[in-house]
Amino acid sequence: MEMLLASAVGILTACGVYLMLRQRTFPVIIGLSLVSYAVNVFLFATGRLAQNLPPVLNHNSVAYTDPLPQALVLTAIVISFGMTAVVVMIALSAYLSARDDRIDMARDDSYDDEQATGHVNNAEDEA
Amino acid sequence: MMHLIVLPIVLPALLAPFIIMAIRYHMDLQRIFSLAGTVTLVGITLALLAQAATGDIQVYELGNWPAPFGIVLVLDRLSALMIALTALLALAVLLYVIGSDWDLKGRHFHPLFQFQLMGVMGAFLTGDAFNLFVFFEVLLIASYGLMIHGGGARRLRAGVQYVVYNLLGSTLFLFALGTLYAVTGTLNMADLAERVAALPADETALIRVGAVLLLLVFAIKAAVLPLHFWLPASYANAPMPVAALFAIMTKVGAYSILRMYTLVFGPDVTITDGLVGDWLLPAALLTLGVGTLGILGAQKVAKLVAFSAIASMGTLLIAISLFTETATGAAIYYIIHSTLATGMMFLVADLIISRRGGRITPDVPMAQNGLIASLFFAGAIALAGMPPLSGFIGKLLVMDGARGADQWALIWGVILVASLVSVVGFARAGSLIFWKSYEAGGADPADQPAPQTPAAASLPFVAVIGLLTGLVLLSVFAGPVHDYARATAGQLFDPQGYIDAVLRGGK
Repeated sequence: MEMLLASAVGILTACGVYLMLRQRTFPVIIGLSLVSYAVNVFLFATGRLAQNLPPVLNHNSVAYTDPLPQALVLTAIVISFGMTAVVVMIALSAYLSARDDRIDMARDDSYDDEQATGHVNNAEDEA
Repeated sequence: MMHLIVLPIVLPALLAPFIIMAIRYHMDLQRIFSLAGTVTLVGITLALLAQAATGDIQVYELGNWPAPFGIVLVLDRLSALMIALTALLALAVLLYVIGSDWDLKGRHFHPLFQFQLMGVMGAFLTGDAFNLFVFFEVLLIASYGLMIHGGGARRLRAGVQYVVYNLLGSTLFLFALGTLYAVTGTLNMADLAERVAALPADETALIRVGAVLLLLVFAIKAAVLPLHFWLPASYANAPMPVAALFAIMTKVGAYSILRMYTLVFGPDVTITDGLVGDWLLPAALLTLGVGTLGILGAQKVAKLVAFSAIASMGTLLIAISLFTETATGAAIYYIIHSTLATGMMFLVADLIISRRGGRITPDVPMAQNGLIASLFFAGAIALAGMPPLSGFIGKLLVMDGARGADQWALIWGVILVASLVSVVGFARAGSLIFWKSYEAGGADPADQPAPQTPAAASLPFVAVIGLLTGLVLLSVFAGPVHDYARATAGQLFDPQGYIDAVLRGGK
């Protein structure tokens, strides 16, 4: 089971990172979700893996499974869910106002925004 | 009063939903409540600062659960200073926003502003690593809303980048916390400190990974090279008053580095010895260098100030990365200076942008040219670290703190050359913006069309001059402030006091 869990975390993270390096917002958001799933599974494992054990100690049980990581995962799930919703909304409005869903800021100096910056941050292109 | 510690979090947390639910269609009421809340916050945080100045460490157990089982809020000298600084900056920014009608350009500015304050205050006060993550998320999600306030294609595009970058940072944060929890079985910072110190030598591999991952997360927040990419694009495209408030957000990263790497992975902990400082110092030097080059090369006012924010983070992190008591005292003094100066410069940038556009090129003269020019140069003097303002004293303290380090010559060289280059950069930008105006429009100033009548608001100037007054006071009272900073550093480098206060109720 350890092997399965570890490889699940690894594969999810690898796929997520790969997708996040794409240039369009949709794959980037999918990639972000995959990485946050990976971290949720990872958090589960931090309390050590235990099967069929109660999450609280009582007089009859010899061992227990750590309940704290499960609470942490729950918090992390809620937060990443909310964050994904926010990023989808912002990406949508960026797409609707620019008719373009590229994630980088290259060569879009034609936008009318006064505060637009002239210089392209090439670093993000490479990322 | 015992419950005073929790108020800086509870007050904005209650005010924001109230504004959004009860008075969402009444802008005047929103402004009154938001302003009243922020003024109260200033009062509360100053009272807390006075309490913390005695050197006591106050612990507040949420829900009365004793640490390490429950979440604790801890008020020591450092966190008290940071929350007071946040409240003062927030007050100036809010006055500016109301005076310049920025809050009318989009919806829900005031609730988001209050949630942002709640997140920042919580991050400074909490004594629990996972709770720190939660407050990071609170302040981030509010900052996403604030950053795209007012809309516009370019701002939204920059907003997507900003959100994605920070979401990745949050995921890394969770990985780091998971690793720490897996090894130590706790996330309370004081408890972590005890357990990390007591770890057997053969279990250190994982904890070192956790420590470096955590450093990476805080470095993203603090915009340390090479993780600074998010900052120029997002700060330069955010509404300028919001960017001024964000001046405290990079400091949240610096604060977290200072807290975690003096308390948990302190200089005395052998397993992480040299792991942090040795990596952070070159990164900080590079940050200062790149920030300064950015000042020299910027073509827009907003970008100029964004890069000067990076440069001042560089100086700050040089001081932090030395991890000695003297250098940390200097860093704490520099945090105050850097927050006020960066915030002020972003507000001045907005004054300029709203009158003549953001490009650093000669243009027709703008209204109140002389006043804004003097404010710009005062801010530039502060940020470049020239006498007489506090930037000079701050840099002097940082260099003094670096005297004992092995690479003192390198540190001094980088700081001094960077100061020179940023003086040149600011002088170039300022003279192009303020003094070449007449050349652009015509031969003679008398032929110029009369400057556009300004919006006739004095509140923005009150806000900017308020921050400038803060800088002047920081320079005049540099002695007492530095005494406080040194006492703070002393408290940070004696983590046993913190641990005892949290875990043993001060005994």
